Formats: sequence, C-alpha cells, structure tokens
Amino acid sequence: MCACRCGIRVHLRGGQVRYIDGNPGHPLNQGVICAKGSSGIMKQYSPARLTKPLMRKPGSERGDNQFVEISWDETFRILQERLAKIRSTDPKKFALFTGRDQMQALTGLFARQYGTPNYAAHGGFCSVNMAAGMIYTIGGSFWEFGGPDLERSKLFVMIGTAEDHHSNPLKIAISKFKRSGGRFISINPVRTGYSAIADEWVPIKPGTDGALLLALTHEIIHTGLYDREFLARYTNAGYLINLDPNSEMQGMPVHDASRHEEIPEYPRNMLWWNRLNEQPAPCHQPDADPYLLGEFTLPDGMPVKPAFQLLMERVKDYTPEWAEGITGIPAATIRRLAHEMGVTARDQKIELPIAWTDSWGTEHEHVTGNPVSFHAMRGLAAHSNGFQTIRSLAILMSLLGTIDRPGGFRHKAPFPRGIPPIAKTPRGPEGVQPDTPLAGLALGWPGTPDDLFIDADNQPVRIDKAFSWEYPLSVHGLMHNVITNAWRGDPYRIDTLMIFMANMAWNSSMNTMEVRRMLNDKDESGEYKIPFIVVCDAFQSEMTAFADLILPDTTYLERHDVMSMLDRPISEFEGPVDSVRVPVLPPTGQCKPFQEVLIELAGRLKFPAFVNADGSRKYRDYPDFITNYETETGSGIGFLAGWRGKGGEKFMQGEPNPRQWEMYAKNNCVFQYKLPPSYQYMRNWNRGYHEWAQRARLRRHADPIVIQIYSEVLQKFRMAAQGRGPAKRRPPAHLAKRIETYFDPLPFYYEPLEAQVTDAHKYPLNAITQRPMAMYHSWDSQNAWLRQIHAHNYLYVNPAMARAQGIADDDWIWVESMWGKVRCMARYSEAVEPGTVWTWNAIGKAAGAWNLAPGANEAELGFLLNHLISDELPHPSPPANSAGDARISNSDPVTGQAGWYDVRVRIYKAGADEAQQSSPQVTAVSALPGMDGVRKTWLAFVAGVKK
Amino acid sequence: MSKQLALVIDLNVCVGCHACVTSCKEWNTSGEAGFMSDDNPYARDPTGTFFNRVQTFEVGEFPNTQTVHFPKSCLHCEDPPCVPVCPTGASYKRAEDGIVLVDYDKCIGCKYCAWACPYGAREIDEHQKVMKKCTLCVDRIYDELLPPADRKPACVMACPTSARLFGDVHDPESVVSKAIRDSGGYALMPEWGTHPANHYLPRRKTEITLHRDELERVDNPLKIDGKLPKPDSRAPSLDDSTSW
Repeated sequence: MCACRCGIRVHLRGGQVRYIDGNPGHPLNQGVICAKGSSGIMKQYSPARLTKPLMRKPGSERGDNQFVEISWDETFRILQERLAKIRSTDPKKFALFTGRDQMQALTGLFARQYGTPNYAAHGGFCSVNMAAGMIYTIGGSFWEFGGPDLERSKLFVMIGTAEDHHSNPLKIAISKFKRSGGRFISINPVRTGYSAIADEWVPIKPGTDGALLLALTHEIIHTGLYDREFLARYTNAGYLINLDPNSEMQGMPVHDASRHEEIPEYPRNMLWWNRLNEQPAPCHQPDADPYLLGEFTLPDGMPVKPAFQLLMERVKDYTPEWAEGITGIPAATIRRLAHEMGVTARDQKIELPIAWTDSWGTEHEHVTGNPVSFHAMRGLAAHSNGFQTIRSLAILMSLLGTIDRPGGFRHKAPFPRGIPPIAKTPRGPEGVQPDTPLAGLALGWPGTPDDLFIDADNQPVRIDKAFSWEYPLSVHGLMHNVITNAWRGDPYRIDTLMIFMANMAWNSSMNTMEVRRMLNDKDESGEYKIPFIVVCDAFQSEMTAFADLILPDTTYLERHDVMSMLDRPISEFEGPVDSVRVPVLPPTGQCKPFQEVLIELAGRLKFPAFVNADGSRKYRDYPDFITNYETETGSGIGFLAGWRGKGGEKFMQGEPNPRQWEMYAKNNCVFQYKLPPSYQYMRNWNRGYHEWAQRARLRRHADPIVIQIYSEVLQKFRMAAQGRGPAKRRPPAHLAKRIETYFDPLPFYYEPLEAQVTDAHKYPLNAITQRPMAMYHSWDSQNAWLRQIHAHNYLYVNPAMARAQGIADDDWIWVESMWGKVRCMARYSEAVEPGTVWTWNAIGKAAGAWNLAPGANEAELGFLLNHLISDELPHPSPPANSAGDARISNSDPVTGQAGWYDVRVRIYKAGADEAQQSSPQVTAVSALPGMDGVRKTWLAFVAGVKK
Repeated sequence: MSKQLALVIDLNVCVGCHACVTSCKEWNTSGEAGFMSDDNPYARDPTGTFFNRVQTFEVGEFPNTQTVHFPKSCLHCEDPPCVPVCPTGASYKRAEDGIVLVDYDKCIGCKYCAWACPYGAREIDEHQKVMKKCTLCVDRIYDELLPPADRKPACVMACPTSARLFGDVHDPESVVSKAIRDSGGYALMPEWGTHPANHYLPRRKTEITLHRDELERVDNPLKIDGKLPKPDSRAPSLDDSTSW
C-alpha cells in the first residue's frame, strides 16, 4: 500500500476486514498505524477498484474511456505477441516505468531480462537529488538508506518537507525525542505537520536552502566549530588537491602512483601533508595527522592545497549576511543556528563503551558521537539546484562529525556503499541487443563520464535521456520526461509503454494538460505517436482512460509481497531488516498481482533467468520465484535474507529454503538481524563491519568509504567538459559549459534554473506543494473516509500578502505561472512565509476519475498545481543545429531530478462573474466495466454481517 | 474513590496525522457503537459520523505562528451536562468507570444532549437516528479475548506519537494523573463546571542557551592548522614605544 511499509495485522470477521492495526512486533512501526493504514477497509472495498482486464474498445479513440472486457488468456496473448516482437527487433522500444513501486527489484529484473534500457521508477520526480547528493558524498542517504538517531540526539534540524520519509517511524522518534528534552528546529517555508511541534520554526524562501547551508558552513568553519579529528581521519578534507594550472589533472586529488591500488575504481593512494613532520604522507597513515588548511608545494614542484582549504575558500563569501538576502532568514539567526549546532556537537559528546577497529587498523576503545542530527527529503530535493544543496547538507553534517555516529546520522544496511556504488548501466547502445538481456543494469551509478549510457555521437540510449550529458548522474531515471520524449521521438519513438501505479495523465506529470494531449496524439499516418500503452493499477485513475490495455492489480491485502534487501530496504540502524506480506483476502474479481503478470510474461517470453535449460518455465508463481530465485546460480542471494539454507538455518546468504514463506509468516512476517554493537557505528570505516558485510555479500569490497568533502567524481566530469582529464569521453560543445558549471567538486549555490529564466517582478511568488499526512505515498480520493479529511484543496496564502492584492479569505483566485494558469480558492494562513503559496498535492482530481461523481469536490473545487509547472525549459545552450526551440528538462542538471518546487507564480482575484469552479476542467469519465457503476449515496460499513 | 477513565492528549507531540480519527472510525463502525455512516461517500460534500476529529488552527501572526493540531472527542465529563437533559435516560454516565455512553435502544434522537454539550462532541447519525459519541472503546478495553496490551481505545493504540494517554484520572499513580500533574495538564473550558475527565497537555519549548565563552575556546581547531589570526610580528606593539 505504502512506501513506508509498516507491519500491520488484518483482523477479519465473516470474510471481511473488521479492522487493521499496527503489528507491535514490527521494528518499523512498533504497533502504531497511520490514518491511511486505519482506512484500509475503504481502500479494499472502494468502488474505484478495477476488477477485470480491459481493452480499449475497437474503433474508439484513446482517452475516450471506452473499454471492453477481455480474459487474462487474451491479455497475455496480446502482450506476449507484442512484447516478443519488439524484443526480437529493438528491445528499447518497450518501456516499463513504475510509480510508487515497492517491487523495483522485480520490475527492474524484468526490464533487464527483457533487454530494454527503458526502465525506472518514480525516483526521478521524487527525491533522486537526496539519494544522489548524499550517496555521492557520504555513501548513504536519508529514509531507506539511513536517518537521524533521535534516540541519542540533542538537537534535531528538519529542513523542508520531509515528513513522509518515512512517516510512522519518524513520528515515533520525534515524539520520544521531544519528550526526552531534545531541541527540534524546523526550517521550512510552511509550518505544518511535524514543524508544528518544533521548538523553533525558521521560515525560509523555497529553493534557497543551499544558501543557508553554505552560510552555516561558513560560520562553523570560521568559528572553529567543526570536528577536526573526524574530518581529518574519515573524510577527504586533508587530501592534497593538484593546483598546477599546467597539469592535465589540475583539480584532482594527487594520487601517489607508486602505491599499489587493490581496487582501481576506489583508489586509496591520495596524499596528506603531515603536520607532525611537515612532509607529504600517504593519506590515513595511522601515525600521521594532515593539515586541513594551508598551501604546500610537493617535492616535484606541484602546488597543492588540502581539500578543506578549498572548501574554506569556497564558503568565504557565503556569509550569513549574504544568505539573509537570499533566504529571508536574518543573519543573526543563521549565526545562532550555526553556533547551536557547533556547540552542541562539540560539548555534548556521547561516548559509548563499544570497542571497534577502523579500516586502517587503529583500535578504538569507544564509539563517540556528536548529538546533532538532520532530516530532509523532497523539500530540498525537488529543486533544480537540489543536488548541490544536498551535497552542502551532507558536508555540513560531516563538518559536525555526525556521520554514522550515535546522536547524528546513522546508516541502514546495505548502506553505506562505495562512492559511487558499483552498479552500472551499459556504456553504449551495444548493451542493448535483440532477444538478449541488457548488458548491465537499467539504472546505475556513474563514476566517470566513461560510465555514461550514450552512443558514439553523445546521444542518449535511454528514452528519458538518463545517464546522458544532459543529466549525467540521473541514478533514478527521469520518468517525468518519458511521455514528452516518446511523443516527440527525441531521442527516438517507442512502441509500447507499460505504466505500473503511476498517474502520468494527472498528478505524476508536470505540464499535465499537454501530456494528456501527447498521449492521444497521432502522427501523419494516423498511428498514435505512442502506439501502445498498458496501464496496471488497482484503481481507476486519470491514467486508465489513456490505456490500450488495463491490467487490474490486487491490493496489498490480496497478494504476496516482499520488502527486499535487493530493493529499497527497510533496515534499521542496528542491521538489515526485510519483511513479507501474505494475503489475507482472495483477489477481488479477476484482479491479478502485477508480480504474477511479470512472472507469467517472463516465462512466456523465455527470459534466461525465468526458464530452465530446456526452455520450460522455471517459476510456478511469484511466491515460488521469491523462494527460489538467486541473483546468480548458486549465489545464495535472493529476495529475502531471512531463513535461507535448506532448513532455514542461514541468513543473508544461503541456498533457497522451500519453507521460507512459512517461516516468515511464523515470525511476524519480518526478519531482523542485529549487528554486534561494534559493527553498528562508523560503518564507513569500520573494519569489522566491512568484513561482515563482505562475507554476507552486502558489499563486494571491504575498503573504507571516505566522505567526499571534495567530490572526485564531479571533478572528473568537469575536467571532461574542459577537454582534459582521465575520461575518454567529452561532452558535446553545447553542453560543455553546463557540465563545467554544475559539476563543481565543491558545493555552491545557484538560483534554481526556472527562476533564472523567470521575470521575478511578474511572478513574485514561489508555489510549492506537499502531501497531507492522511494520504502519504498514495492517492486516496477513492477512500470514503480519507476523502472526508481532504475533499478539496485551497491555495494557502500569507494574509498580509493576499490583502495587498485585494484577496480575501476563501476568495476564488487565479494562479498564473509562465506556463499556465489555475483557478482555485485562496485560504489565509499565517503559517506560510509571504513569498510562498502552497497547497496539498494530488487532492484535485479529474471529473469522474477514481469513480467519484463528476461534481465531487475533488473535481469542482480541488485543483492540481501541476498545470502551472513545466516539464521543460528553453534550452539555455541549444545544439548548433537546432531550430531555436530546443528544450531541456526542467530538472537538476546533475541528476535530472524534476524541479517541482521551482515554479514561480502570481495570484489575482477571479472575476465576480466567473464560475466558482476550479479550472482547468476536463471532460468527465465514467466508470469502467467491472467497476461498481452505481455509487452508493450513503454507507454504513459493518464488517462480516450478512446483508 | 471511584474510577474515571479518560484520555490525556499531549499537544506537545501531536502532529495532526489523523491516525486517531480513522482508527476510531474503523474500530467502531463494526463495533458495538456502530455503524458509523457516511453520506455522499463518493460524491459532493462527503460527510460522516466520527467520534473523534482533529481540528487544526493557527495562533499568532507570521512569523510568530503556532500551528496547533487539536484532537477532540467526548471528554467524559465528571458532571456531564448531556446526561440530565436526556428525556429518556439514554445518555448516562457509568458508575464503575465514569464513561459517558448513549443507550441506542432508548435514544430518540432529540439532540438535547448535543445542545447541552459545550464541546460539540456528539454526532447524530441521520440514518440510525441516534446520538453517537466516543465510548472510550468500551467494547475493547474490557474484552478478555484481546491480549492485555490491546485492551486500549483504538486511537491510543494507533497514535504514532503516543500523544494519547489512557487511564484512570482518579488514581494518582496512573500514567494519566502523573502526566496531568507533571506536565501542566488542563481541562477544556473549566468555567462550564463540567469537570471534563479528558485533559490536554500544553506545548513545551526547549531552548539552548549559548554563552560567549563557548565560542572562544583554547581548543579551537583553527589553531592546529595555524589559521587563528595572529598579528604580524612587525606590526606596532607596546614593546616598541615603552622604555621602562
């Protein structure tokens, strides 16, 4: 149901759901449950459920919402025929994109075995900046990858909207934290959600977080409030950077070529300038201590400076006064925040009696920590400057000495991982071959320009242009550009687009109305520009109307699911955790779990991993697949880490266990491995942990993961743009400047790209959204109880700002951006900074969708801010041969993260003669075959009572 | 002293997530106090019966704004004004645990109790034509078929921030009495003399006091790297101009 993946207990009466409560034995939610979890009944029995496979009615137009029922046999026949043909000719013409997918390990495997590079989940328009910015810096990130240790923290700083990642565990932790006397500061343009209970709310202008973080860094460095020992030992702050302007390698850490590299992709032969003997020394030498500041000349005459010196120079002008003008936060407040962080980190040290050994062999009698922690997510990420902002955050956290230490940030297995992680895509189009699995992963972690997924002419191989020079580190893909690119045929046309659980015709697209038009658009020959669209979902959405084939999915109560370590993990700080769901109800109607659809198709299409040597089908069904699949034959690594081995006696790695599902079910459906305490901290550099992780096959190598204050990966891209350096590839001329600018190895602040091309006088306001707590990670307008909490949305406006425009509370207004306009209702709020307006996202619905009556609040009064947001911007440096209308994704230039939160708007009162109805409106759709066509006028749900 | 069960709601940690709202509805619609109807569940202006709602309001002007999430349900008053006004005796307060209940068999839906309640905590069910309200999950808390840990109101079980405490406010050693005593618990609108059993705990603020000397330390790491500014030895000094 939800990306948080709490453990639940479902209680039945007479075959119906009596109630759902939290599983007290589950490490994530410890027995609690959210509003959505408690409303699962209304989701299960919603009249918007799809119950039959449907095909677009022959002769009807796409988008007309005319469908006929077909059997699953027929459905599979159609899919098999079509997909087999594409696979044997040009597999990239099949694209599989998924939304809030909790089975990415399977959907990704399916795409890879199919041989298409065109696969991604929703990360590109969600929070890829958070994943990439942190993982490229500290080898881990927030949410699934790690989080604040609020159990031992004293000061907790939450920046931007972040509440939903992940919601119940964070609520539990914040409550305990506050009750134990911790201080909670929220930095956010809006005071809602968890910010409401913060001890201090610091309003900030959207998209300026980077300026704040760099000013905090400035103040912390200049007052000496950083953890010098931590920086010296565990980061690359002391690495000497080559500053010789005549050197091919200028700007790279100096590598000592005389030292043997065991793992060339993770070199360890950098240099320090040893303070104890005033000589260069191999980095991390136990009896040396590097200078962090200063400038030196190597014996061969090369001028060098430690990375930290360069950081200090970088933030020199990022003063609190400078940041005040950008963020709207008074300089004195910025200084005080920096002092609070620095003094708390320094003076309230935690010392745990846990001995451990670091990667360089030094034994430590204690684990120590600095109790300052942070949390951030989409608020920082969904800006086109988000990657560098999040790098700034990770560096600030490192300066305070809070990485994988008690009271600070802590990793969750399988993180930390190498910087960058090992997984890679193919490097060129030769990795995509007919009837052959993809020669690599569809998504990976480029370490140099040579890892990009491009052809010899620098053109992207992927339909979304991920891993191209336009968005080199787009590690989660760019789902938000798939439809536009496929429609335009840039870089090429595709044949079949399969969408799982993503509402691309509404709230999951920027530029929504145009995307709807593109989905229906035909070429000169009368063929749809995207010829075939398959939609799999449990509910009728705005997207289903645009399908050629609809596959009805089960709900989370009707299927087997795994929360796998191969996917987005649900581990705890103490060690790996995975879990399963077992069905408590039979599938509704003809619903079939999407996993079963994939297993069936994989067998029919004879993917190597899904058939035996004789070509016969390998897996009976999804549970059988989960039990028996191994990443490689005999690897002992599968989807579930618990109860492996023939008798269930092994964990992490072991032969398939035929009774694994049974053993999970007997054990609360969850497997938790607790590491010995000495392996629970300092895991970037913990020798014991690395050896364990290597034996458990979480990591290939056991080398230390040194924090990248100065990013060697970014520098390699920058050097390629400057026409030098170790990489063979060079960006095309029109993108060289872009790469050189944004791939700065040190963090820097720039205005979001959209703001750079917007007339700030005409559009003075930032418009942002967030999801309401009752509907995190889902769209629940089909839920009779939840829609009573959020039936329609308002645009929240600061009263002083609104009054100046003559707008009264609850007035109908127009909100206008460069790209479009929306009519909605204004609601006064003193909890929003005057330069910002905001609303709950995805509450507005298209008329008739989700089987709501066409006049429902969601359609009549509610609205979608997406209509104001463009998926593209004018290309600032178009290729020389372009017609002048070249476009580029409205995304972070490093990661391709969608810039949802960058849009700028103006608002004005709607005319007195205008309809009191939200705008734009779309033609209402009706219920689909197999759906409950008669909407009940009232409900009185009582479980298990014979009617 | 007799028992008085009650909820104590800690506004210091309530984030307004509505878990208490829907877990209550979920338990009670199929429970003894059910059903809990919903009108227009899939059409314009959906509305239904809830025993517990969260109201959100703002206090103060920007930037000194507080956003308050305020869950509200029947307060199980010690002196409930809804009981004496009931013409049929349907509205009653239990002697054994102080829970205020409605006997649906006696209720005629006249709404006198709702008018008498100063807190707006009662909701008429237009379909069953009876008055409904929070029962403190009386059909859960004494159910010996449930594990002892689960014998709590559904909202208390659900609450992710454990903002909802449950117990006997007449027992000075109970978790609720201690919370009221130690954390400044208060009752709503005491001037009405209803003596609500439910209490609320106010927001509490944690601040850090910084002292100037905390920023001027001998162990400043900038010294190690020689960057704490030192004057140039050639700059004028007292040494240059004093001779005794």
